[in-house]
Amino acid sequence: MSDDTLKDVPAKKGMFARLKAGLKRSTDRLADGVTALFTKRKLDADAVFDLEELLITSDLGPGPARKIAKAIGARRHDKDITPAELRDVLAEEIAALLAPAEKNLLITDAKPHVILVVGVNGGGKTTTIGKLAARFASSGRKVMIAAGDTFRAAAIDQLKVWGERANVPVIARAPGSDAASLAHDALSEARNAGADVLLIDTAGRLQNKAGLMQELAKIVRVLKKQSPDAPHETLLVLDATTGQNAVAQAEIFGATAGVTGLAVTKLDGTARGGVLVQIVERFGLPVRFIGFGEAIDELAPFEAKTFARALVGLETFGPDA
Amino acid sequence: MRPLGLKAFWFRDLRFVMFDALTERLGKVFDRLRGRGALSEADVTEAMREVRVALLEADVALPVVKDFIAKVQEKAVGAEVLRSVTPGQQVVKIVHDELAAMLGSEAQGIDLNAPAPVVILMVGLQGSGKTTSTAKIARRIQMQQKKRVLMASLDTRRPAAMDQLKVLGEQTQVETLPIIANQMPGDIARRAVTAGRLSGYDVVMLDTAGRLAIDEALMAEIIAIRDLVKPHETLLVADALTGQDAVNTAKTFHERVGITGIVLTRLDGDGRGGAALSMRAVTGAPIKLAGTGEKLDALEDFHPQRIAGRILGMGDVVSLVEKAAATLDADKAEAMAKRMQAGTFTLDDLAEQLRQMRKLGGMGGILGMIPGIAKVKNQLAEANLDDKVIKRQEAIISSMTRAERTKPDIINGSRRKRIARGSGVDVSEVNKILKMHRQMADMMKEMKKGKRGGLASLFGIGGGMPPGGFPGGGLPPGFGRK
Repeated sequence: MSDDTLKDVPAKKGMFARLKAGLKRSTDRLADGVTALFTKRKLDADAVFDLEELLITSDLGPGPARKIAKAIGARRHDKDITPAELRDVLAEEIAALLAPAEKNLLITDAKPHVILVVGVNGGGKTTTIGKLAARFASSGRKVMIAAGDTFRAAAIDQLKVWGERANVPVIARAPGSDAASLAHDALSEARNAGADVLLIDTAGRLQNKAGLMQELAKIVRVLKKQSPDAPHETLLVLDATTGQNAVAQAEIFGATAGVTGLAVTKLDGTARGGVLVQIVERFGLPVRFIGFGEAIDELAPFEAKTFARALVGLETFGPDA
Repeated sequence: MRPLGLKAFWFRDLRFVMFDALTERLGKVFDRLRGRGALSEADVTEAMREVRVALLEADVALPVVKDFIAKVQEKAVGAEVLRSVTPGQQVVKIVHDELAAMLGSEAQGIDLNAPAPVVILMVGLQGSGKTTSTAKIARRIQMQQKKRVLMASLDTRRPAAMDQLKVLGEQTQVETLPIIANQMPGDIARRAVTAGRLSGYDVVMLDTAGRLAIDEALMAEIIAIRDLVKPHETLLVADALTGQDAVNTAKTFHERVGITGIVLTRLDGDGRGGAALSMRAVTGAPIKLAGTGEKLDALEDFHPQRIAGRILGMGDVVSLVEKAAATLDADKAEAMAKRMQAGTFTLDDLAEQLRQMRKLGGMGGILGMIPGIAKVKNQLAEANLDDKVIKRQEAIISSMTRAERTKPDIINGSRRKRIARGSGVDVSEVNKILKMHRQMADMMKEMKKGKRGGLASLFGIGGGMPPGGFPGGGLPPGFGRK
């Protein structure tokens, strides 16, 4: 992250300030919109419609956007509302919808706690694994990574660099090797080494490619055969710039690979990841982490309230928000 | 839609089935308007609400949706409703045509018409597919246009990004600039263009690090590189699955860097691809190429018509019809079509139709090509319309004598029993086939008399999506739910 606003952030305030800075930029437009539209204004039908449109531009999708806008309109019908109040109400509404997803990832003492990372191409799986490895390692855990993307050119090398940065060993084979057998061997190796966490990378795949999805199912099967509880977490990486197709991703990856949690990446851009609201509502999946930059520490546990307030452009939040 | 003549008569009219969600919705809006001559402003306004939702669900950015609706509204008001279609279909056609027009009327390739080495600069967000697209385009230029291409990665940020391009170069047999550790992107760019000039390359392709449009430092960097290498083409690589943010990204990249074209990746996903329209609308830059798979030859010209249908949830109708045309036995179909035009349609013809359908992979296979049509697919599964059913129906016809197949009228009760025994089914199934054939034959006769409007009406589809939708009235007779 090379943005100037971030350089101003004092080093120790760290995570939350940076998260805020990252999310802030992605929400300025929504906030501006709200300010422009609702200064000294009654929350009448027109205003509700404008609110709906604002939610649409943050990728909530036309259906949920309408639902939320209407709910707010019904409660505040024809009352004067200031932009600040409206943002509060909006944030509360969205936070309430996201609240069930706020379940942080707990590492069991399975030794290793196996985390399989899946998703479409280019979503940020490898980067997320690098960040997670650093995070777990810094809390004193013994972490290992399996370079399961044996398909994409140089994916293994990319992960090895992250392994070096996080100071975590990477289990790899030659490009083109069978991903399922690599996963199998990595689990044995991690177990023998007494690792606490094993992160398994996978090749990116589009969820409508039945063959590739079956390959993923096979990886899960192979892991289960070895250890019935594994993978303890199947983390679906969702790119915040993705639109409504993210719903299909959650649905099909969920059905094929048994997704147990989500990580939303690229929240440092102008995209706001509003589609998450729909995914959480429909599939009840917990959101474990959010990613907001290319640096190793630009990852934080998901907090519904923080996320919702950032989404609507509220400035005042922090660790205890 | 490209006319394919009678060859693909089975599939030609399936497109009405594929109008899918939007037509269905518009059908509801227009049901009460049947029989009117022209569309009134109020009718159109109501229809446009549905169009708006359809476009938003397809991830077309809101400002673009609004402009689009305003434009279409103007065109649709007063438009005459052709007698052959319902008002809903008429609106869909207007919307579809306008979408295609906005997306650009035809495919535009990469422009290499400049002094060598022609520099192509690839830009875009992280994870949009720049490196893979660089290799695909380089391979294509080298193979199809017989040009010498040099690729260079200026991505010093993402770990192993340069190695990735190097490996892809080996796989595609396209040369890559040797990697020198710790060199800055600008220096690599200069080195690449110099190498291109000195070693007689026709084209130099520069892959760059992914960057956010709001990342000032990195945007300044790419602008400096642009000024240094003066690219002939600057291609924005963008993910077809992008949501509302597509407008921000495309607009900023265009304003700051100046793009000459867009490469849309992951078009082989099942996203509706609304981002294509958003980006085209805000930049005016043509979408030049589409990435359609992980293999290095999975790169296609962009066909605006196809994506227009996809955005509307109508499926990639053109590709489907092309597949049908390629799979169907043209001679047989032509011969059958002639007999049909003459008003004769035997059970042999029906058997042939069933065979051709099975060759296409059954209804499930056909519908599998269409994004967002899962619902219809499920209905078909319920209706038991699968390969097995088609095979059984073929078997029933095979159990008939030649005389019976040519003159079904002679098939009496005892013949029916024999046919059922021969094909291992109940007599009721034999009856069903005979009924199906009779209905189809009757329609042929009517068509010959000119009562009905062409083959479209053959399966009761083309004459208008029945209000009850699909499958009931929409399927060929006999294929309905039991």
